[in-house]
Amino acid sequence: MDLVLNIIISGLISGSVFALLAIGFSLIFGVARIVNIAHTAFYMVAAYCIYFVTHKMGSHPIWGMVAAIVLVTLLGIICYKLFINPIREHEGAVLIATIALAMAFQEIMVLKFTGTFLSVPSLVKGYFAILGVKVFYQQLLTFCVVLLVMAGLWILLMKTKLGLAIRSTAQDREVANLMGINEARVAMLTMGISVGLAALTGAVVVPLTVLEPHMWLHPLIMMMAVVVLGGLGSLKGSFLGAYILGFAEALVVFLAPMGAFLKGSVALSIMILVLLIRPEGLFGVSFEEER
Amino acid sequence: MDLFLFYLRKLFTIIKKEVFVLPSRIVVVLFFILLLLLPVFTKDLYLLRIFTLTSIFAILAASWDLLSGFTGQMNFGHALFFGVGAYSAALLNKYAGIPPWGTIPLGALGAVLSGLIIGIPCLRLRGTYLALTTLAFPIILMGIVFALPDLTGGELGISGIARLAGSRVTDYYITVVVMLGLCTIMWKITDSNTGIIFHAIREDELAVRASGINTTRYKLLAFCLSGFFAGISGGLYAHFMRIAGPSTLEVSMSFQVVIWAIFGGIVTIYGPVGAVFILFPLLEFLRFWQELRMLMFAVVVLLILLYMPDGLFRWLRDKIEKECPRCKIRNVAMRHTCRVCTAQLD
Repeated sequence: MDLVLNIIISGLISGSVFALLAIGFSLIFGVARIVNIAHTAFYMVAAYCIYFVTHKMGSHPIWGMVAAIVLVTLLGIICYKLFINPIREHEGAVLIATIALAMAFQEIMVLKFTGTFLSVPSLVKGYFAILGVKVFYQQLLTFCVVLLVMAGLWILLMKTKLGLAIRSTAQDREVANLMGINEARVAMLTMGISVGLAALTGAVVVPLTVLEPHMWLHPLIMMMAVVVLGGLGSLKGSFLGAYILGFAEALVVFLAPMGAFLKGSVALSIMILVLLIRPEGLFGVSFEEER
Repeated sequence: MDLFLFYLRKLFTIIKKEVFVLPSRIVVVLFFILLLLLPVFTKDLYLLRIFTLTSIFAILAASWDLLSGFTGQMNFGHALFFGVGAYSAALLNKYAGIPPWGTIPLGALGAVLSGLIIGIPCLRLRGTYLALTTLAFPIILMGIVFALPDLTGGELGISGIARLAGSRVTDYYITVVVMLGLCTIMWKITDSNTGIIFHAIREDELAVRASGINTTRYKLLAFCLSGFFAGISGGLYAHFMRIAGPSTLEVSMSFQVVIWAIFGGIVTIYGPVGAVFILFPLLEFLRFWQELRMLMFAVVVLLILLYMPDGLFRWLRDKIEKECPRCKIRNVAMRHTCRVCTAQLD
């Protein structure tokens, strides 16, 4: 029974993290056709930002969260304006520009905080027990925040004018432009939202993980797997795919021998199996190739 | 004697009429000569080691270009081929006792097999889907490597492999000659009919299929060819470093290849090779700034891309040469008329 509960908790947490990351990633991909490898690097920067505010400045973690989200969103927009926007027409160049950005962030963090493993205090302390299994309040908080943000994002995308602009730009950039949508501004705003989501994810999840400059690699891979599994540009797909892979990881870690080594492999194998049956992902629409 | 003189004269004519007319061709010839003569000028072991590694990675970057640049099948998991080549060469050498000249081609065949295995599911995907899916394969293999520590040495890798050759200079000559040979073969492949079909698949797959060409077969061929060359570089790496570790399968390895290739300019073969010969030694010579090394590397890549998004070598080539508007033959930028059809160059 303990095992089952542990698997459920761990699956829900990692699923939520992957879901938020994947939604941000597929938003900016949909709108601006940018494969943002640096997406999880922003998540890492946000986590370090909290560490800085709580440990070096001694403030309350909530200020750390606020600072992290605001600063990282700004950083994302600045990086977009400086490095990505000028070369947006060249797909390959954008790709390695984001890889280089991620590497640069990683190196800056190594310089500033060294490569040692760090940890951050939880926002809310304590835990309660269900059937003898500890559930930390921070885990509950992470899960609730993720659900709330997801609901907020859904309202933003479906009910507001900005959401309409984002969705129409994702569908057809040129026609959206003809309809009077400022495509460049929408792309920039989307970049802001996307990076903001990454920062938020980093902010809520950092007390549950260890902080190190290479922490962006594993989520990056899982996030990409989620996006492909769920179907690019589909929020529902990302949501479901994230929980499928999150639970797959948790199951492997708790049940299989050498699970910690195999967790990535098994989750990714599931993705490939799904792709063999449905090449466009679970909820992706097989749209005509842009020619 | 006459025959010899005839060929000599022919060689001279070719050099005069085909090589010396374009600065880029002169540079390529100089590059070949310099690389082959380097050990004559310096016996510095460290320098030779850097250039040996550079040549190994040059093969890898060029093989990425053959698959992803020409066919447009964005492969983010190129480390898979490299790792399979390295690991199979190492395993064959350690457990079967086959010498390097046998393990490297066999390792490359292993990489071809892995190219087939990943190629078949990936043929149904395109664009970003393909890129993100291929990223998964080296990580899956890495999980398997970690899960079988008895066979693969787990995190430490397989060490104690036979050396490539007796001395550093011989190592250098083997890798450089193999690199120059393989890159010429790759360049020839891309210049052949097959290469033109690869290029066409990248531009418009539907049109190629409409012309009665089985694109699936050609895409699979591209995966296999690229896997073969990358596997050879993996085998060379394993025998040169005398270790095949999980670092050959890392995500950063795959990203590194993409950076090299795009930095130099894709769809060229010479671009990625040149980029490796600039970036890899640069990274080594920046070692006196140990902490700032990777940061400097990232910044250099970012800044160069900002000004030359098509890649460094294409930008350079467009500066010193221009294309004739009528016959599409390249000319030195200083000329006013085309060297073949005498049309006005703008």
